[in-house]
Amino acid sequence: MATTTTEIPVTLNKDEILRYSRHLIMPEVGMEGQQKLKAARVLCIGTGGLGSPLALYLAAAGVGTLGLVDFDVVDYTNLQRQIIHSTADVGRKKLDSAADKLTAINPYLNLRTFDARLSSENALELFREFDIIADGTDNFPTRYLVNDACVLTGKPNVYGSIFRFEGQASVFATEAGPCYRCLYPEPPPPGLVPSCAEGGVLGILPGLVGVMQATEVIKLILGVGDPLIGRLLLIDALGMKFRELKLRKNLECPVCGTHPTVTKLIDYNQFCGMRGEEKSVSSGVPEIQVEELKRRLDAQEDVFVLDVREPHEYQICNLGGHLIPLNDLPKRVHELDSSREIVVHCKMGGRSAKAVEFLRQAGFTKVRNLAGGINAWSDRVDPRVPKY
Amino acid sequence: MSKIHIPTPLRQFVGKQAAVEVTGATVAEAMKALLTEHPELRRHLYTEDGKLRAFVNVYVNDEDIRYLQKEETAVKDGDNISIVPSIAGGMA
Ligand SMILES: [Zn+2]
Repeated sequence: MATTTTEIPVTLNKDEILRYSRHLIMPEVGMEGQQKLKAARVLCIGTGGLGSPLALYLAAAGVGTLGLVDFDVVDYTNLQRQIIHSTADVGRKKLDSAADKLTAINPYLNLRTFDARLSSENALELFREFDIIADGTDNFPTRYLVNDACVLTGKPNVYGSIFRFEGQASVFATEAGPCYRCLYPEPPPPGLVPSCAEGGVLGILPGLVGVMQATEVIKLILGVGDPLIGRLLLIDALGMKFRELKLRKNLECPVCGTHPTVTKLIDYNQFCGMRGEEKSVSSGVPEIQVEELKRRLDAQEDVFVLDVREPHEYQICNLGGHLIPLNDLPKRVHELDSSREIVVHCKMGGRSAKAVEFLRQAGFTKVRNLAGGINAWSDRVDPRVPKY
Repeated sequence: MSKIHIPTPLRQFVGKQAAVEVTGATVAEAMKALLTEHPELRRHLYTEDGKLRAFVNVYVNDEDIRYLQKEETAVKDGDNISIVPSIAGGMA
């Protein structure tokens, strides 16, 4: 159970007593619980979709010390779900934007911001200064890093994850409970599972899951209720169905098992195969730049543009290309003429690189990938094409 | 008949269904029935040598088959089989 290590007795002043009165009159919290909240130190990894509601509610509830780790800048496409940031914050550091909102909600908050990317070099030192870690990251290398660092420092990992309209939540790495690696010893190979940027996410979903994480954090601090230890909660927002699966501590777990093989932090990008992915996308297939495509189309040269995005993306913007979503390509390849020159594009160049690779294996020789996709076209050729 | 719950990232390979009804007395048989109907799923769930991928967990009701009889775990009429892959999203 997470308890604070702070020695100084924590007291509430008159203003704080009034502020937290709805907590103080509840027997499950009371003065003792509110003092525990004030003494607690919680580190939120990321101030994005999950981190927004998480940090807002923890600050409001009276968690005394809140740490935020982020290196990112607020972007226009964040606003649909990252509710700690507002339109006027676009272009600002997420940490600065979040700090303004959190201290406005609760001036008694001791906010500690870390303007850095969480890494194997800084994670252990950082985690040691907190009691509970809340993981609101968006990628596998950081997920495994957070988990391993939590196990190695003995801090509970309050976990939430989302994809489109589906979420997962649990509490990992408590003394008796399983860790993330007990559940998933290895990450998926890159490219097999679409990322959020590719797959999208329903804006309210991180709200739902982030508030669940905040709830678990507060329960751990207070020592009340049944935390999600040894349980994986599956959230299906579309069906509004919640299911629960049992998780067990795996005695053969590489990090928390009886004979751990991971005893210090490793290179998580390498572990998740990220470097390999970058290589195969950028070096593997022949490319064409957007300016050259524009010039050739203007000169009415015979270039067949193939768009391998999804139909709903085509509706947002298109270059008038022939639409065959990447997953349909194998069964619709007969629609293409291998004697013509083909330029394949998607949003940013990742999916189209896979399509080019597939087509070359299928015997197409005059096929190239549009570097940077339709987003690069919008940036460098025609700004009227909306970016998404 | 038992029901296999399909996670969001894989629904595109099963005609966008959230669950697929299958017949089979074990997890292996139920999965075989699923893959016969939806062959494109195979590479997402199994390695080339036919092993379940390490980032895909299979549950019968609320139990992880790794702690039951793995793919030989018995499946009864009305059981819920869940495919639960790891998802990473949150911040972006
Ligand atoms: Zn473990």
